[in-house]
Amino acid sequence: MLHAAFLIPLFPFLGFLLLTAGGRKLGNPRAGWLATIMVLASFVTTIVVFAGLLGRAAGARSYDQTWYTWLSVDRLHVSAGVLIDPLSMTMALFVTGVSTLIHLYSIGYMEHDENFPKFFLYLNLFVSSMLILVLADNFLLTFLGWEGVGVCSYFLIAFWFDRPSAASAGKKAMIFNRIGDAGFLLAMFLTFERTGSLQYRTVFAQLGHVGTPSLTAIALLLFLGAAGKSAQLPLYPWLADAMEGPTPVSALIHAATMVTAGVYLMCRIAPILHLAPDAAHVVAIVGAATAFLGATIACAQDDIKKILAYSTISQLGYMFLAAGVGAYVAAIFLMLTHAFYKALLFLGAGSVIHAMDDEQDTKRFGALARLMPVTSVTFLIGWLSIGGVPPFSGFWSKGDVLMNAYSLSPVLYAVAALTALLTAYYLGRCYLLTFSGQQRWSEARRSGDGTHGAAEGDGSPAGALHPHDPGWVMRLPLVVLAAASAVAGIINLPFHPLDYLERWLTPVVGSELLQLHFSTGAQWAFALGDAVLAAFGVAIALGLWRSTSEHAELEPAFLRRAWYVDWAYDRFLAHGSTELAEVTSADVETKVIDGAVNGFGALVAGAGRRLRRVQTGYVRNYALGLLGGLVVLLAYVAVRAVS
Amino acid sequence: MTVSASWYLTLAAAMFTIGAVGLLVRRNVLVMFMCVELMLNAANLTFVTFARELDDIGGQAVVFFVLVVAAAEVVVGLGIIVAIYRRRLGATADDVHVLKG
Repeated sequence: MLHAAFLIPLFPFLGFLLLTAGGRKLGNPRAGWLATIMVLASFVTTIVVFAGLLGRAAGARSYDQTWYTWLSVDRLHVSAGVLIDPLSMTMALFVTGVSTLIHLYSIGYMEHDENFPKFFLYLNLFVSSMLILVLADNFLLTFLGWEGVGVCSYFLIAFWFDRPSAASAGKKAMIFNRIGDAGFLLAMFLTFERTGSLQYRTVFAQLGHVGTPSLTAIALLLFLGAAGKSAQLPLYPWLADAMEGPTPVSALIHAATMVTAGVYLMCRIAPILHLAPDAAHVVAIVGAATAFLGATIACAQDDIKKILAYSTISQLGYMFLAAGVGAYVAAIFLMLTHAFYKALLFLGAGSVIHAMDDEQDTKRFGALARLMPVTSVTFLIGWLSIGGVPPFSGFWSKGDVLMNAYSLSPVLYAVAALTALLTAYYLGRCYLLTFSGQQRWSEARRSGDGTHGAAEGDGSPAGALHPHDPGWVMRLPLVVLAAASAVAGIINLPFHPLDYLERWLTPVVGSELLQLHFSTGAQWAFALGDAVLAAFGVAIALGLWRSTSEHAELEPAFLRRAWYVDWAYDRFLAHGSTELAEVTSADVETKVIDGAVNGFGALVAGAGRRLRRVQTGYVRNYALGLLGGLVVLLAYVAVRAVS
Repeated sequence: MTVSASWYLTLAAAMFTIGAVGLLVRRNVLVMFMCVELMLNAANLTFVTFARELDDIGGQAVVFFVLVVAAAEVVVGLGIIVAIYRRRLGATADDVHVLKG
C-alpha cells in the first residue's frame, strides 16, 4: 500500500495540468469540482498509505521510495523520492484533509468570480507543491516544494491583482520569503559541504562527524528560512498583508498549511537542532517573542482578517517555541489543532464577509448571531478552541506547549502564558464585535461609508443587506472543522495510553524529544492554570466588549500600527533603497550611463567631421598618400637593414 | 657583353619614378592611367630581374599574375574613363572630385 505514495502529490498536480489545459472550457463551477475531487483523491490515497504505515511495527514505519535520480553532478547526487514516516504522513493527512474542505468551501465563496478556474488551478498547484515539500526525502526536493508554495502564495495573495493593495501585498510576501529562502539555500550549501549529501537520512547519519559550530550555523540558517515562510520575527509583516487574498486562501495557505511548513522543517531537522542547543534556544526565544508580539497586535485590530492573521503569527510562534525547546510532538499537535480551528475561524470570517457584502471591519458588524446561527456557533467553537478553554482541542495542545516551555525556562513559560490569556481575549473581542452587541452594519451603510460594498455594484439600496448563513458547500466545511476543532484534542491526551500522537511520532523524533519530569500533581496544576488563564481571557472579553464597540484606551496607536514595525522597515530599510534608486535614476542614469553612450557617439561624430577633410576627391591627393606610405615603408626597411 | 642586374633595376626604378611623378603631376586621366601601367611594369621588371638572378621561377610566375590583373584592371579602368568622357567632354581628373568628403 505504501507504493501508492507517489500518487499523493500527483493527483493535485494532474488537476493543475487539466485546469491549465481546459479550465476555461470547464467553467464555473465544474472546474472547482474537478479541483476538489483531485485533492479528495489525494486525501484518500494518503489515508491508504497511512493505513499501510499503521500496519507496520513501530520501528519499521519509515519507508523510502526513490522515483529517479534527479541530479547527478560530481559528488552531488540528489534523487527525487519520498520519505514516508509518521511525521510526513501526519502532515500529508492534515494538509490534504483541510485542503479538501477549503476547496469545497471555495466553490461557494468564489462562485461570482470571473477567474474562477484560475483560482482552482493555483489552489491545486499549491496543494501539490505543499505535498512535495512534506514528503520529500531530501533538502533540495523540499526546497522545490518550498518555492512552489511560495509562488502559489504570491499568485493567490495578488489574485485580485487589479487592486493595487493586493498586488503590493503579493510582492511583499514574495520579498520577505526570498530573504528566508536565501537562508535555506545557504543552509543547503553548508550541509552539502559538511556531509556530502542532501538526503535527510544520509545527512542525519553523519551528524556525528560535523562540528557544533557548523550544525548551529545550519540550524540557524534553516530557521531563517522557516521564519520567512512561517512569519516569525523579524520576517513576519508579510502575513498580515497577505490577507488581501481571497478568504479561502487566507484559510488554506496563510493559516492552516503553508505557514506551518517552517515548523515542519524544524521538526524534520530535529536531529540537527538536538545537537545544536544554542540554535534551538534561539528558535524558542524568537518563537515566544513572536507569539507575544502577534497577540498584542491582534488585540487592537479592527479588520477581522487582520485579527486572524496576527493570531496566526502568534500561534506559529507557539509552535516554534515548542520546537525550540525540543517538544516536537507538542509542535505538531498544536499545528494540527491550529489547522482545524484557524481554518474554521477564517472560513467563518469568510462567511461573514460574504454576508456583509465584502465588508471586513468588525466595528461595522454586530448582532449577527441571530441571523447567521451556523457561522456564529462554529466561530464560537473556534474562539473557545484557540483560547484554550477545556475541553476543546486548543486547551490540550497549548497546555502541552506551555508545560514544555516551563521545563526549559520559567520566563518563556510566563511569556507564553500571558500570550494564552491575550489569545482568549482578542478572539473574544473579535467574536463579540461581530456577532453580538448592537447592529452597526445598517447605519454604516446608510451613512454611505460602505466603500467595500460598493465594489460589488449590485445596485442594492443602502441598508438593504440581509445577512444569512451561506449555502451547504460553505456550511459543510464549517461544521466539519468545528467538530474537528472541538474534539481533536483526543489524538494526544496527556494520559498514557491515550497519547496516540506522541507514540505515533516517537520513531521519528523520539530520541531528540525533551523529557518532562513532572509529577501527576504538577501536571494537574499546569492544566488548571491553563484553564484559569483561558477563562480569565474569556471573562475579560465578555466584560468589555459584550455591549459596546468602543474602548479607545484598549487600542493604543502603537498596537493598531503593529508596533510600528512596518513603519520602521519602511523608514530604515525601504527608504534607503528608494533613495538610492532615485539617486541612481536621476544622476547615475542620466549623467553616467547616458553620458557614456552619448559621449561615445559624439566622439565618433567629431572624429568623422575632422577626418572627412582627408577625403578630397582628388586622385592625386590619394596617390600622394600612397606614395608617402611607400616612402615611409621603404625608409623603415632601409633603416632596419642598415642597423 | 652581358647586362648586369643593376641596369635592369635602375631602369625599373627610373620607370617607377617617371610613373609616380606622372601620376602626381598630370591632370589628364588617360595619361595618369598610363603612368600607373608604367609603375606596374617597373615592378614586373624588378620581379623578372630577381627571378633570373636568384634562379627562382617564382618571380616570373608573379609577373604572369600581375599581367592578368593589369589586363583586367585596364578593361575596368578604361570603361570608367570612357563613361566619364561621355558625360563631360575634356574633363580632367580634378573635375570629377565628386567623392569629396
